Amino acid sequence: MIKNLRRFISKIKPNFTEGGKFAWLQSTFEAFESFLFVPDETTKRGCQIRDAIDLKRTMIFVVIALMPALLFGIWNIGYQHFKATAEAVSFWQTFGFGLFKALPIIVVSYVTGLAIEFAFAQIRHHQVNEGFLVTGMLIPLVLPPDIPLWMVALATAFAVLIGKEAFGGTGMNLVNPALLARAFLFFAYPSVMSGDKVWIADQPDAFTGATPLGILANGGTDIPDAWTMIWGGVPGSIGETSVIAVALGATLLLFTGIASWRIMLSVILGGGLMGLLFNAIGANEYMQLPFYYHYLMGGFAFGAVFMATDPVTAAQTNTGKWIYGMLIGILAVMLRVINPAYPEGMMLSILLLNCFAPLIDHCVIARNIKMRQKRAIVKPKTSVQ
Amino acid sequence: MSNAKKLIIEPLRKTNPVTVLVLGICSCLAVTAQLKPALVMGASVTVVTAFSNLIISLLRKGIPSRIRIIVQLVVVATLVILIDQFLKAFAYDISKQLSVYVGLIITNCIIMGRLEAFALSHGPWESFLDGLGNGLGYSLILVIVAFFRELFGSGTLLGYQVIPQSFYEAGYQNNGLMILPPMALIVIGIVMWINNSKTETK
Repeated sequence: MIKNLRRFISKIKPNFTEGGKFAWLQSTFEAFESFLFVPDETTKRGCQIRDAIDLKRTMIFVVIALMPALLFGIWNIGYQHFKATAEAVSFWQTFGFGLFKALPIIVVSYVTGLAIEFAFAQIRHHQVNEGFLVTGMLIPLVLPPDIPLWMVALATAFAVLIGKEAFGGTGMNLVNPALLARAFLFFAYPSVMSGDKVWIADQPDAFTGATPLGILANGGTDIPDAWTMIWGGVPGSIGETSVIAVALGATLLLFTGIASWRIMLSVILGGGLMGLLFNAIGANEYMQLPFYYHYLMGGFAFGAVFMATDPVTAAQTNTGKWIYGMLIGILAVMLRVINPAYPEGMMLSILLLNCFAPLIDHCVIARNIKMRQKRAIVKPKTSVQ
Repeated sequence: MSNAKKLIIEPLRKTNPVTVLVLGICSCLAVTAQLKPALVMGASVTVVTAFSNLIISLLRKGIPSRIRIIVQLVVVATLVILIDQFLKAFAYDISKQLSVYVGLIITNCIIMGRLEAFALSHGPWESFLDGLGNGLGYSLILVIVAFFRELFGSGTLLGYQVIPQSFYEAGYQNNGLMILPPMALIVIGIVMWINNSKTETK
């Protein structure tokens, strides 16, 4: 079976190479071939292997790390829905309902994004790369379950076109495409991205399903207890609610060394610091909220683990990573507490620091050069008399 | 292509003041949320560039080079005040919508740019055409951007509803980001991308 497939692909391959009938589809063919089989080409002049792990494996590992959050999110869609309608159903019914809601969003996100990626690879005569694998999974996870599908398609197209391809494709983007997609929807269609009517799928009219952050931003204090927010049984974007599921993903990312522990740690430190500062001021009830609650609510954990650590858009230098992460944490908590117009500050603070990351790196490097120059000053030779 | 025709046609695409020279961006962000103010703004700027080019070109031999900027500003400011008064008299609503941006035509980089780069060294008729061409090039971009912003942001064109009610009932929504200034920048960016990828000379 596999052999036949290999033979078939080898047989049609000449059509897609230079001079063949479908030469203009070369990138697409190449992508599918290397998706099915390990590429059989070797480099001809010396090798450039830096690491055993390539882009494809990196991306696959991140997708695996997202699985706990995704599976829990799918179940939580059903759980929240049936909680709101007060129906008692089995585990599989709950999961099935969630799958029915989440799967179309995932499919739309992948199909739109990959179609644009393939088209651009074709036009530019590049090889199709795996950059969209993770983005395509992150986009559904940061959206509410009831989002109309055409909006998902539009936001994905916007993020891939403006956020990525305009800058030159995977690895060149300034801001995280998945967060850009979310920010696009957040500003373009606020009615489906905020409030207390969008976080539970097929919500009954009388029921209000505000997220913990939404409740706090409106001046309420009646949020779920800490344990519920840790395991994640609260309304919210599909993948963000469970801190445990996110922590499982984080463990894998840290264990494989794909995500930077410096960034994760510094985001958490920064958020905690700001939380403590607000505790010390304590001007209103939101400020008096224990600082660790910020880790449990909304997308703080998800953002810190999967969004802030994006190796393309984060700071690259080690000192830069600390500054970058700290500022994300500080800004996220500050936006949450002080600006009631944006209940969730994580998205905006990561996007802002994405823009500043190159500047931070530049300053860190410039400072390092200056320090070393100072150390290396050669004393002028004493003149011979 | 004759010289006169070239002066008008080239600034529309090949040397467009907005997409190629990247001048006059600020007003492109400010007045393009709707099509009508964009049209009026485009027309105003076209009139000012054309006539200030003409006047400066007529005066160019008599202006001492040391004070030329002041003279240029006086000419431009006079024209802008005339336009402003004209709009206030005959199109008061639009004038209200455009508010300070009519006055700010004085600081529009395109006008000073054309005066310095062209009118000071060319004859009156050529300068007039050059000003006209550049004003039209600016208006063209303004209208394109405003068209998309009004269509997707409010579902209207020139104030008339164009996206049918049945769309909204089927779940379509106006794009709130289109109304916000950042989207104007992005739309201009896309127009630049398309324009420059087609006209780039290598």
